[in-house]
Amino acid sequence: MKEKYPLLEIIDKTGKLVPNAYEIEITEEEVKRFYYHMIRLRIYDRKGRALQRQGRIGTYVPFEGQEASQVGSALALQSDDWMFPTYRDHGATLTFGADLDRLLLHWNGRVEGCVPSKEKNIFPAAIPIATQLPHATGAAMAETYKGTKNVSIAYFGDGATSEGDFHEGLNIASVFKAPVVFFNQNNGFAISVPIEKQMNSETIAQKAEAYGIPGVRVDGQDVFAVHFAVTEAFERARRGEGPTLIEAVTWRFGAHTTADDPSKYRDQEKSEQMRDDLDPLLRLERFMKNNEMWEEEWITRIKQEIEHELDEAIARMEAYEKPNPADMFDYVFEEPTWTIAEQKEMLRRSVK
Amino acid sequence: MVINVKKIAAEQVGKTKSLTLIQAINDGLKTALADDENTLLLGEDIGVNGGVFRATDGLQAQFGEKRVVDTPLSEAGFVGAAVGMALNGLRPVVEIQFLGFIYPAYEQIATHVTRTRSRTMGHYHLPMVIRAPYGAGVRSPEIHSDSVEALFTHLPGIKVVCPSNAYDAKGLLLAAIEDPDPVLFLEPMRLYRGERMDVPLEKYTVEIGKGEQIGTGEDVTVLAWGAMMPIVQTAVEEMKEQSITCDVIDLRTLYPLDKEIIARSVQKTGRVVIVHEAHATGGVGSEITSIINDTSFLYLKAPIERVTGFDVPVPLFSLENEYLPTPKRVKDAIQKVIDF
Repeated sequence: MKEKYPLLEIIDKTGKLVPNAYEIEITEEEVKRFYYHMIRLRIYDRKGRALQRQGRIGTYVPFEGQEASQVGSALALQSDDWMFPTYRDHGATLTFGADLDRLLLHWNGRVEGCVPSKEKNIFPAAIPIATQLPHATGAAMAETYKGTKNVSIAYFGDGATSEGDFHEGLNIASVFKAPVVFFNQNNGFAISVPIEKQMNSETIAQKAEAYGIPGVRVDGQDVFAVHFAVTEAFERARRGEGPTLIEAVTWRFGAHTTADDPSKYRDQEKSEQMRDDLDPLLRLERFMKNNEMWEEEWITRIKQEIEHELDEAIARMEAYEKPNPADMFDYVFEEPTWTIAEQKEMLRRSVK
Repeated sequence: MVINVKKIAAEQVGKTKSLTLIQAINDGLKTALADDENTLLLGEDIGVNGGVFRATDGLQAQFGEKRVVDTPLSEAGFVGAAVGMALNGLRPVVEIQFLGFIYPAYEQIATHVTRTRSRTMGHYHLPMVIRAPYGAGVRSPEIHSDSVEALFTHLPGIKVVCPSNAYDAKGLLLAAIEDPDPVLFLEPMRLYRGERMDVPLEKYTVEIGKGEQIGTGEDVTVLAWGAMMPIVQTAVEEMKEQSITCDVIDLRTLYPLDKEIIARSVQKTGRVVIVHEAHATGGVGSEITSIINDTSFLYLKAPIERVTGFDVPVPLFSLENEYLPTPKRVKDAIQKVIDF
């Protein structure tokens, strides 16, 4: 199956264009845009881990190693499209336009962090695995119903393909030709369980065959490959040709979450030794250097800007007003039911 | 059996149709589809087949495949898809073929349907309805007879309603479809083709959260809903022979319960019998008991009696009559609270 679903690669590990991989024109501006978002995610992600270690936020879900998959896919969306992420896809949501302050609040246990920005259709991260696939299908069907060309994208990991909702989401989408892209990040591990124990199939892309839809396998460390595969799938969807399943083969260098110790189930030293081949930022850096796009001054400047942006946002997160217990009660229904109204009053009296 | 007659307003005379409960649901769905082009129906066999109970009979022919959608056999999938549709501006009405088939969708309901408004602080809300026939008494195969409303009344974020007659069926259904939040609409399948009632042709709603007093007496309050109403009414009629009269309340909404109507009657009679066909432990009857405890404890003249299904899986149909509450069991309970 790996022959049938070859790994699409546009830039190889040494940062060179793979000959005849793809007929594309990559402008310097675009390259810099990709790099900017990827380095922004890298800095954000490392700060997130540090904040958790310092006890300044709750459990954090790192994604280092998956920046190309998340940036490449997110930058393929248009403004009115829909994004259905998991808890590890905050890199994608941030790139698409999620509010940084709210994201940080989310890691700090604040419901404000789940509220999408007004400008972008971003569903709050799905925690129950694969449940967001049917949502993406339904939101896409609603766009067709309304006669628009908007599409949706569902993010999910390798473990999610074992869930029933994976099958149900893809099946319904394929039956109704819903304009949705199922974007899988196969990072090889569902917490501790390696992919060989998750599935008997050689690839995830091949699962598309069961639904009669295209399956595409891309190098998830190659931001261009991801970007162009997702863009092409979106174009198909906008033309009314239905869903696509994309498998981005990627790697997470860190833990499943900050509550996880990956050394229990895999050799973290070995993982770090693979960085030279697998770090998506290194690959893009090499490409930029090979093509005289690497400007130290620009790199230093954007890093400083990003550091500043994050430090300011973290300061705002830490200075954010205290959570209001009323918020727990006020958004369950449009109008609180009498049980909720009574309980809200009971709490108010007890904390007075 | 006592016929439940709704008072139709004078101006409605001549503008009604005599309908069974299932026909009233069909009429309600038709009204909703005609009323709002963003309303659509999803479910298994609801299209050309008109639903296994014919709730959607003729609707696909009238409104087309876009509005009345035959889905794959995929409860989690189409409830999940309905979430995506509802947050994107549509009003999906989902049919689960039997309540006992809803379990694959329970994860979607518990983790998304009920939580989307609160976890986005109202940025997204889900105006969606899940319809499901429930209950025993029609000699259905295994799993087809479940009555598990309490699995849903326990979940914050979804309302649960259950009509017992044609008038309430249409009115509650239209209220559920209009509601900005998710509603589980339970249909008593053993009453689907029972008594006919005069149902207004036009759009009307029955308020969610309000029960209805359908019989007035002095001695005992009998609380029930859905398929138990005719059983309760038979029992109450027979008790009149012994000069025992009852307030009979059809709760109609199981979450949020109508606290006022319960308290008002219990404070008058001081004696209570709660009837439901679901299992006893953790059933809605327990919650009603708790409401009576909170509102009317000092008015009670006898311990509250519950007449319920047993804490056993609903049996295959050869024993379903033994499982279900009967007029005899209801009468015994009424007598017991009188004799206390």
